[in-house]
Amino acid sequence: MIRDLFMKNRKKHTTTIPSVDAKNDVPEGIMTKCPECKNIILTKDLIKLMKVCPKCDHHLKMTAAERVACLFDEETFKSIDDHLKTENPLNFPAYTEKVESDARKTGLNEAVLTGTGKIDGLEIAVAIMDSHFRMGSMGSVVGEKITRAIEKATVLGIPMIIFSASGGARMQEGVLSLMQMAKTSVALTRHASQGLLYISVMTYPTTGGVSASFASVGDINIAEPKALIGFAGRRVIEQTVREKLPDDFQTAEFLLDHGQLDAVVHRNDMKETISKIVRLHVKGAN
Amino acid sequence: MGKTLKFEEPIIKLREKIVELEEFTATNSVDLSEEIGTLKVRLKNLEEEIYENMEPWDRVQVARHPERPTTIDYITMLFEDFMQLHGDRAYGDDAAIVGGIASFESVPITVIGHQRGKDTKENVKRNFGMPHPEGYRKALRLMKQAEKFGRPIICFIDTKGAFPGKAAEERGQSEAIARNLVEMAGLTVPVISIVIGEGGSGGALALGVANHIHMLEHSTYSVISPEGAATILWKDSSLAKQAAEAMKITAPHLKEMGIIDAIIPEVRGGAHRDSKAQAISIGNAIRTSLSELGTLDGKGLVDHRYDKFRCIGVFTE
Repeated sequence: MIRDLFMKNRKKHTTTIPSVDAKNDVPEGIMTKCPECKNIILTKDLIKLMKVCPKCDHHLKMTAAERVACLFDEETFKSIDDHLKTENPLNFPAYTEKVESDARKTGLNEAVLTGTGKIDGLEIAVAIMDSHFRMGSMGSVVGEKITRAIEKATVLGIPMIIFSASGGARMQEGVLSLMQMAKTSVALTRHASQGLLYISVMTYPTTGGVSASFASVGDINIAEPKALIGFAGRRVIEQTVREKLPDDFQTAEFLLDHGQLDAVVHRNDMKETISKIVRLHVKGAN
Repeated sequence: MGKTLKFEEPIIKLREKIVELEEFTATNSVDLSEEIGTLKVRLKNLEEEIYENMEPWDRVQVARHPERPTTIDYITMLFEDFMQLHGDRAYGDDAAIVGGIASFESVPITVIGHQRGKDTKENVKRNFGMPHPEGYRKALRLMKQAEKFGRPIICFIDTKGAFPGKAAEERGQSEAIARNLVEMAGLTVPVISIVIGEGGSGGALALGVANHIHMLEHSTYSVISPEGAATILWKDSSLAKQAAEAMKITAPHLKEMGIIDAIIPEVRGGAHRDSKAQAISIGNAIRTSLSELGTLDGKGLVDHRYDKFRCIGVFTE
């Protein structure tokens, strides 16, 4: 009797063997799968939705160009310093090749796109990091481009906005990368000394040396929902404190709860929010 | 003499041999003075050969030596009338950073530094010299205080890094470090930073946005520890020795890259062999820096710091 029951179960148990082509069921580029809820959506529809999943509201990673498109008034963005080229100061094997390959893949010279543009007619300078390029890590060129953008904002007397998306300092450039934290900081201090506005927008992910420098010291610090933001990596902390960390640890919402952010802003409201903040900082305007 | 480091083992062995022979001579009335003399010459040559050809990894070992003088040791030897000031006025007092007011050759100064312990008990109290946000905020409070009273600031850097912990994240470790970077950039008093041991990443830099940066000869300054670099780059922390080489973290490397201003020579074998002599050479460096920076006014000092960090980076235009 009992054996029969098991036999029944065994019969019911069928396996589906995926076809060889199964992986290509979602054609690369045409469809995109939400990494959070696994919902599959037409990429062109997703881009129209500013890469926010229509099903679960997850904010997918954006390229710097995509961010420009949904932030600036049409055809007002002008990029600067696209010509700067990364070197290999510590002669790390394969570093140059990796940077060149990411440059081809992203169409950027490095992990940040900088320039000026208009939001609702107000001119601002911007640095938009792109995590598709070497995890958005900051080496000499990233530090230099951000510094030059801040200096341009200072000279023009306009607000500076930085969208961070970075794993931190670029290991392959060693202590030169660390010093980019100081370089961008001295530039921000000079910008601030002119009474100019700096807004920091933290997106997924903002960690390590980027989190521990310009990203955390905006006059106003905002973040996208669920963005990972933190100083040390989750695994390192778990090993150090030997306890399980809460699921929402180092999310934008966690930081908001702990007093580290001014606001968590949905991507749909980002342009309007930035525009409002900038307007509220125009001296004597109404 | 304390803990022996691997690279200096041949020296220690030879030294022990000489002591042995000397004792033998004394107790047995056999004249071995010629042999002892030969060995002493050999020792001198060996010391020169080993201590003057230290590899980056050897320096890392010296920088981490448990008896290496710490911030408080140097404060005691270099300054008069030191008064330690505690707390960040917001959360607590972090023992991993110490600071206060004192005088250096009758000039009132503010001194701040990372503080590690020399034994387990003290290391637990000082969290192995790895600060929490309140440590950086205390440091900033003391720096702003120094600025108000026109006192030069002297920072001693000696940390593996800022502490990677849950509470540190909750209280804003990133913001605490970042805030120090931008605030130090704007200080209108001279800031001198001296790396005395390990300068570990952002946790070190948070006391390092200075007009002059000095490094002790065997100290290190890096974006990540050699072990961490080996794990990330080659997925194997046992390759730390190679990483120490590749990452260019020693004082001569940093001087070559134009990141630091000067190297303070160490007594042979490392600062722990003669901390008094070491303090004297650190004092010389502080005196030189104070007199050079003394010619600049507040704005001049801010601009000087700007120019210093502005030009760091390697790229093609």
